[in-house]
Amino acid sequence: MDKLLLLGDESIAQAAIDAGISGVYAYPGTPSTEIMEYIQNSKEAEELNIFRNWASNEKTAMEAAIGMSYTGKRTICCMKHVGLNVAADPFINSAFTGANGGLIVVTADDPSMHSSQNEQDSRFYGKFAMLPVFEPSNQQEAYDMVFSAFEISEKYKIPVLLRITTRLAHSRSAIVRRKKLPQKDLKLPDDLKQFVLLPAIARKKFKALLSTSKNFFVEAENSPFNQYFDATDKSKGIIACGLAYNYLMENYPDRKLPNPVLKISQYPLPRSLVEKIYNECNEILVLEEGYPIVEELLKGIVSKNKTVYGRLDGTLPRDGELNPRSVSIALGLPQNKVREVPSIVVPRPPSLCPSCPHIDLFLALNDALKSYTPGRVFSDIGCYTLGALPPYNAINSCVDMGASLTMAKGAADAGLFPSVTVIGDSTFTHSGITGLLDAVNDKSSITVIILDNITTAMTGGQPSAGTGKLENICEGIGVEKEHIKIIKPLKKNHEENVKVIKEELEYKGVSIIISRRECVVSLNKRMSEKFKKN
Amino acid sequence: MKKDIILAGVGGQGILSIAAIIGYAAVETGLFLKQAEVHGMSQRGGEVQSHLRLSSSPIASDLIPEGKANLIISIEPMEALRYLPMLAPDGWLITNTEPFINIPNYPEIDKLMDEINNLPYHIALNADKIAKELNATKSVNMVVLGAASPFLDINYEKMENAIRTIFKRKGNEIVDINIAAMKAGRNYTESVIKK
Repeated sequence: MDKLLLLGDESIAQAAIDAGISGVYAYPGTPSTEIMEYIQNSKEAEELNIFRNWASNEKTAMEAAIGMSYTGKRTICCMKHVGLNVAADPFINSAFTGANGGLIVVTADDPSMHSSQNEQDSRFYGKFAMLPVFEPSNQQEAYDMVFSAFEISEKYKIPVLLRITTRLAHSRSAIVRRKKLPQKDLKLPDDLKQFVLLPAIARKKFKALLSTSKNFFVEAENSPFNQYFDATDKSKGIIACGLAYNYLMENYPDRKLPNPVLKISQYPLPRSLVEKIYNECNEILVLEEGYPIVEELLKGIVSKNKTVYGRLDGTLPRDGELNPRSVSIALGLPQNKVREVPSIVVPRPPSLCPSCPHIDLFLALNDALKSYTPGRVFSDIGCYTLGALPPYNAINSCVDMGASLTMAKGAADAGLFPSVTVIGDSTFTHSGITGLLDAVNDKSSITVIILDNITTAMTGGQPSAGTGKLENICEGIGVEKEHIKIIKPLKKNHEENVKVIKEELEYKGVSIIISRRECVVSLNKRMSEKFKKN
Repeated sequence: MKKDIILAGVGGQGILSIAAIIGYAAVETGLFLKQAEVHGMSQRGGEVQSHLRLSSSPIASDLIPEGKANLIISIEPMEALRYLPMLAPDGWLITNTEPFINIPNYPEIDKLMDEINNLPYHIALNADKIAKELNATKSVNMVVLGAASPFLDINYEKMENAIRTIFKRKGNEIVDINIAAMKAGRNYTESVIKK
């Protein structure tokens, strides 16, 4: 079959198309975004009429995916690791309802926080929900696992979690495709109360999950993705999970290891394989990308008091992603001397693009707030978070999607006046609307600036769910019409914009300022496409 | 055959195009490839890098081990130096000398050049100037790629074909400009090495 050169994200996307999905649900978030984008740009997906529009947030995406699974069709739902926090409610409960059509939840974790606010490990969510988890070590495995995950999902009528990390998501390699499977027919669940989690039913469902989950261990024991490689030197055994397996192999150019290795790419932890390596070897080294979940679980499985090395005892760093060198050090291999970065090299942090509308807004906001003590601007997640850096130093918080609005409300409720929210248009529709309703109902005195650049800019310019609707949404929620202002953030409008912001800062109630100007990157892209067409 | 390459630059300078061209030519040659990219926040004018690994046998890690890169190819002089710990003792550094200054504390260019010139194996060329002379100001990255091409052990015609394929949808004019830019970079390195 064809060989394709694909990112890890794209391998999953292509596999999902080839495995016969009828829809994909997602909200953009690095490093997961390219899964949906690949399916959106795929001619095959278009011909197959696969549903592939962005959702407002990860929770709505997850719920829609459960709905598609209800109809018997295959579907995937994709998000970054913190997106699973937003989707946690439907995700955990989906283990109780179970699936009908195959349902895979894909999370892309970001250890080392290349583009994220934390580095949580989604494998914990899989364990928490008691669902099978797949963790590919390379692009081909990622492709193949989508097929296996759908099989397990349908065999046990259960959602399955597929966890990748940044380095796999954004690394390209050749993959071999399989034969394409047809889409499933519409077929509702045999039990039409399967998805009704009334306490009486939920209790039964939980017992059923507890019973079924025993099979997940058996599946993991027999999984082709979990492999035991025996070797003669039993002084140390190595457990390598997902991507860490590659870093281990990198340290042995002939791929011949002196010690036994257990490669783990499917969970729950395959108990008998773990016991085997533990019993046969004098010590254990655990290599895993993310949190030390396997290292911790090991202690509940094994009984003898052998030394286990890993992230908990400092053999590997407790935080950040692994790399060939950190693994090499953990293996106790000799280290080559490397050059140092010359001291004159300075960091080059990301910054707002030249002519970015956020720049003009931050300059106006800073001027408008000059007469107040600093520390009043609650912000959110997007390009505009870069407003925290010099020369703007314009914002004082960034916690999670939508928190700018509700944190400003909490601070206002406590007596901070004025209290300001700065939130992007896509973040506002992701998780800001309900917070605004709280503020309106409580008549909290907050000034909400919605940075409407008419796109989801940070992740590469996806459509924004609220485009063209923001004023109506705010008015519909109950913000007074005369306190919904629209400004255009441009240098020439600076004085006027400062005046509008100042007036609204002094208003005792909820006021909205929509700062609207198209993202310059989107504008340039749109213009060059237009130019190309002509 | 085994080549481990660090591509370096500032977000937007086109290192992913370089990676795509080498990658395409490598796969056409029948080599194994892994290429780790940086997406997301850093692309907003920050430091960006890509690990490109080519080999005649299967590759394990997506990341190059420290001190093992055969080449650093950089579109910006300070960014070239940022990844020095990755470079093998006998590795080559190929860099553009034109600084991209978008931070207030950018170091003195002469001091950066001193560091580069102290390296045993390096090619430093003003790719911006060469591109400008060709009226190809958007192909600075291709000039740098051309300068690195003699070190890649990949058939040069395959590289030209890769440009033709990858830039095809942008039209013949763009294809020709990029091929000319790559050739100019290659000529520079060949003239320097001959000396």
